[in-house]
Amino acid sequence: MGINLKVDLGAGLKLDNPVLTASGTFGFGHQYAEFIDLNRLGGFIVKGTTLEPRQGNPAPRLVETPSGMINAVGLQNPGVEDFAKYIYPTLTGFTSKVIVNISGAQVSDYVKVAEILAPLEKVSAIEVNISCPNVKGGGMSFGTSPEMAAEVTAAVRKVWPRHMMVKLTPNVTSVVQIAKAVEAAGADSVSLVNTFLAMVVDVERRKACLSTVTGGLSGPAIRPIAVRMVWQVAQAVKIPVVGLGGIMDASDALQFIMAGATAVQIGTANFIDPAASVKVVDGIEDYCRRHNVADISELRGII
Amino acid sequence: MKQVKDFILTGNRTLPSGCHLMTFVPADGAKLPAIEPGQFVQVKVDNSPKAFLRRPISVCDVRYETELVLFVKPQGEGTRCLVELPENSVVNIMLPLGRGFSCDECNGHKVLLVGGGVGAAPLVALCKNLAAGGADVTVAIGGRSRRDVAGVDVLYKPYASKVLVATDDGSCGHKGVVTSLPGFDEHYDRIYCCGPTPMMKAVARIARAKDIWCQVSLENHMACGIGACLCCVENTSDRGNVCVCTEGPVFNINRLQSWE
Ligand SMILES: Cc1cc2nc3c(=O)[nH]c(=O)nc-3n(C[C@H](O)[C@H](O)[C@H](O)COP(=O)(O)OP(=O)(O)OC[C@H]3O[C@@H](n4cnc5c(N)ncnc54)[C@H](O)[C@@H]3O)c2cc1C
Ligand SMILES: Cc1cc2nc3c(=O)[nH]c(=O)nc-3n(C[C@H](O)[C@H](O)[C@H](O)COP(=O)(O)O)c2cc1C
Ligand code: FES
Repeated sequence: MGINLKVDLGAGLKLDNPVLTASGTFGFGHQYAEFIDLNRLGGFIVKGTTLEPRQGNPAPRLVETPSGMINAVGLQNPGVEDFAKYIYPTLTGFTSKVIVNISGAQVSDYVKVAEILAPLEKVSAIEVNISCPNVKGGGMSFGTSPEMAAEVTAAVRKVWPRHMMVKLTPNVTSVVQIAKAVEAAGADSVSLVNTFLAMVVDVERRKACLSTVTGGLSGPAIRPIAVRMVWQVAQAVKIPVVGLGGIMDASDALQFIMAGATAVQIGTANFIDPAASVKVVDGIEDYCRRHNVADISELRGII
Repeated sequence: MKQVKDFILTGNRTLPSGCHLMTFVPADGAKLPAIEPGQFVQVKVDNSPKAFLRRPISVCDVRYETELVLFVKPQGEGTRCLVELPENSVVNIMLPLGRGFSCDECNGHKVLLVGGGVGAAPLVALCKNLAAGGADVTVAIGGRSRRDVAGVDVLYKPYASKVLVATDDGSCGHKGVVTSLPGFDEHYDRIYCCGPTPMMKAVARIARAKDIWCQVSLENHMACGIGACLCCVENTSDRGNVCVCTEGPVFNINRLQSWE
């Protein structure tokens, strides 16, 4: 029996299977090419890219937590010009979809990054990370206010011709409200969740473990909350939802799909097993075979 | 080529210091890939519910192309569970990672290897390579007391021309920190160092003062181990924040910005 794992996220973004890798956990892809065939993925989302190169935060940037980790990388990246010149050419040979995650400190940064990426045909979609602090908005994250989230989305929409995914932060009172706001502003899909704001104190040294005191929690520790948020958002919006947060295996991924996600992203799991993402693809296929599911869409949103 | 595979724990010997010498062979019977001294592996500690991320451990030695030797100090939960594993346990290991020590063109050179604690681990394979390349190797090992260094010097004896030992309490060898060993006064063409950060910084200061080429091995906390997460960075004078897991863990001291 041929099982159809293909999914359509709309606006031209069609994936061979519902598995993507999450931004910031997969480098620019090549780090994983030694371990897996990247073409077996639905696509991969590369590291958050900003207008200017960024050195990120000072060390320490990492602390391990129960079933997870907190990072404070601070969007270290070579900048969009460097990406376009040196990294993009290494990505054009893949048959799986390449998605670029973009960030900025003000609306005009996002717009400029999207404009520079627009001519790069192999970039099938951008994922707009609205979890960054808005310098003009007083440092509050774009993603925490429906107005600011809609403003960034609408501005990028004007210059970005292909699929636009907007990535939501879970650090809000109502993620549904933000999701609806970006849908109305022109997003083609929403992905959630980004990391949860968290911190750990080293009591022996009487200091915070991270240089920035707080950072972003990821991994299985956040999964049940992420599944709940995806379930709520999927019922509230018409555009496709991409689910992520602590997915370690196919069964975790299927939780998100059954909760309403059209596709999923594998993040922190890549660090523990660099082949985690393709194992999720295989595991979903195996599940469908065992349960006589002919098309992955039969499982979507059944909860 | 990097790989992730299951290994079988074939030997697990406790040294007086409480550190363990652990040997592994690939479960599929294959040969190990080429591994340079100073490169490391990422070990998955499945028998600990608390250890979520892999644990980076330097390669101590490779024997007969199939046997991987790790020198592990139980530090926290993850390493404690690792050293408690019984022989024949299956352990998932990712290797070889990072860039090791540069040991080419060492023929006729007088080199000093300085190791403290588990830092001594990667220096064993380095010592072997340098000796094979024609270098005259002096090894200096530091520890708090006899227990820390017992069973360590013998690892180097077959390859080094001299093995010097220093202990804080004088229970073995010279009394004092490793940098106070009289051997430090001699001239060396190169110094390689691995151990606790304060010790490496002290050695770096001496090397800098005498204008001696010197490499150290860093132990920044890591998640992926392959340059994907950017969690392990060190600030360098030439290229800003770089990943210790791919650019290092071995660095020439003149690149380390905060060590000036
Ligand atoms: C390149 C490299 C080579 C190393 N080689 C060796 C070796 O040959 N033998 C050996 O015994 N140890 C070595 N270490 C240190 C070893 O990785 C840590 O002792 C170990 O990760 C501690 O884990 P834990 O669960 O026991 O301790 P915990 O303190 O419970 O660990 C909590 C978290 O902090 C991290 N962490 C704690 N201490 C260190 C440290 N010193 N370095 C990196 N991460 C740390 C852990 O990985 C974990 O994510 C090396 C580290 C690096 C980076
Ligand atoms: C080290 C690290 C770096 C990250 N960098 C980014 C980033 O640049 N842009 C972004 O949108 N999300 C970033 N994230 C968030 C992840 O893409 C993902 O949303 C989050 O980790 C939750 O998924 P997970 O639990 O599967 O990892 C990063 C996460 C980690 C762990
Ligand atoms: S540990 Fe992930 S980049 Fe070094």
